[in-house]
Amino acid sequence: MSCKSLFSLLIVALGLFCQVNSAFAQEAPAAVSAATQEPANGKKKLDIGELIFGHVGDSHEWHFFELGEKPVAIPLPMILYTTEGLKIMSSAHFEEWHKDEAAGIVRSNSYEGLHMEKGMKEKVIADNGSKVYDFSITKNVLSMLISVALILWIGFSVAKKYKVGGAKTAPSGFQNAMETAILFIRDEVALPNLGKSKFNNYMPFLLTVFFFIWINNLLGLLPGGANFTGNVAVTLCLATISFIVMVVRANKHFWGHLLNPPGVPFGVKIILVPIEIISMFIKPIALTIRLFANILAGHIIILCVISIIFIFAGLNKFAGAGFVPVSIAFSIFMFMLELLVAAIQAFIFTNLTAVFIGSAIEEAHHHDDDHAHEPEGQEIMM
Amino acid sequence: MDLLTPELGLFFWTLTAFLIVFFILGKFAWKPILKTLGEREKGIADAIASAEKMKGEMSQMKSDNEKLIAQAHEERTAMLKEAKDLKDRIINDAKEMAKTEANKIIIEAQQQITQQKNAAMTEVKNEIGTLALEVAEKILRKQLNSSEGQEAYMNMLANDIKLN
Repeated sequence: MSCKSLFSLLIVALGLFCQVNSAFAQEAPAAVSAATQEPANGKKKLDIGELIFGHVGDSHEWHFFELGEKPVAIPLPMILYTTEGLKIMSSAHFEEWHKDEAAGIVRSNSYEGLHMEKGMKEKVIADNGSKVYDFSITKNVLSMLISVALILWIGFSVAKKYKVGGAKTAPSGFQNAMETAILFIRDEVALPNLGKSKFNNYMPFLLTVFFFIWINNLLGLLPGGANFTGNVAVTLCLATISFIVMVVRANKHFWGHLLNPPGVPFGVKIILVPIEIISMFIKPIALTIRLFANILAGHIIILCVISIIFIFAGLNKFAGAGFVPVSIAFSIFMFMLELLVAAIQAFIFTNLTAVFIGSAIEEAHHHDDDHAHEPEGQEIMM
Repeated sequence: MDLLTPELGLFFWTLTAFLIVFFILGKFAWKPILKTLGEREKGIADAIASAEKMKGEMSQMKSDNEKLIAQAHEERTAMLKEAKDLKDRIINDAKEMAKTEANKIIIEAQQQITQQKNAAMTEVKNEIGTLALEVAEKILRKQLNSSEGQEAYMNMLANDIKLN
């Protein structure tokens, strides 16, 4: 099905990515030497790795594009908790960057005893090596705040329409679209997994999870958008919330089966109970990695496909121009796929959350026959 | 791997934002939306149920009507039959009565006829008798007017006696 083809595409794209990387790795020394030998040429060799990780990683400024040599970017506020106390400042203070070839990172100027380092990620480091807790409104955080505003606006405007129209009016316009999604979550996710008597208690949570992930996924796909849901901190946070809900709501029956499975010989219990406990913790980890890896991979693939143009253009102008249609076509295809993935991943996250909660709040009576139905089937889904 | 280490700041902000969204939307958006949806579904289900009930009632009514019509049919047939029977009976009775009456009249008439015939006969007899007497008287008077006639008659009578 779609996930199968998605998977094969991912492999193709990853292969492509590796090739690009290795090509870049082979090119890099040549480029450096070319840059050093021919400074008069004026051409800066494109660093695809830096470009891609700069795009998918978090940043303290919102970078849009480069106009000539000057970057067009919005500096974002930094909130740092250091040994000297709370510091709030603009990221515009860190503007001079120079490459540290030995460490393979880019380092900024020092400001108020702090400097930034860009490797795969952007980090704020104290000059004296003391610990810095970074609570900055980064690009991801700002993107999330925008999406939060969007979600709240959507939620309120639709809720208002329901309040005005009442139960007797047919839904119309955007309300109709939202209703489809809400009913989908209710009928396909909450009802089958949580059961008729309890699903209503979890509907607000599941809906919030679904729309939070979906809207953020979609915002991430916009050109210049942040890779919010493709960040492990975000997915870990969401998975942790799901896990906490599951653990808090778990009933006696769940703990009983987990810690002292009935009808299992003692020798097997010794093996089984630790496995069960580990599997309980693996569930949120699987949630974390699934969403994070999917979205990150999607972003990386699109960036790679676009970068191919510039890689070829670096070799030969005509090769680059010739590759434009291929690259555009493929990136449009990937973009469509990512639109699908954005919804699918939001659904899967919500569904698995519902499955986990469902297994935790399950009552004793029908446990035996669907003991094995847990999320195994879906766990295979990417 | 740098990419796999979660940043504390982003984790914190995500958690905060998610919880805020969850509580605000949960209270002001999802609850009323779900409530309205539930109400609407209940309304639709109720409407369907009442329509179904109405349908049942209608079919019940229809069968009742049919039963009534059948009953009415039966009653009509029975009434018709009864009426026919009654008619027949009345006709028969009338016939019977007419017959008896006619018979009675006939008998009476016959009796009267007989009576009158007898009376007439008697009268005629009397009349004839009287006439005969008169005739006889006249004849006798004429016959006996002469002495030969008287003599002849006396002879005849004497003959009669001799013969005896």
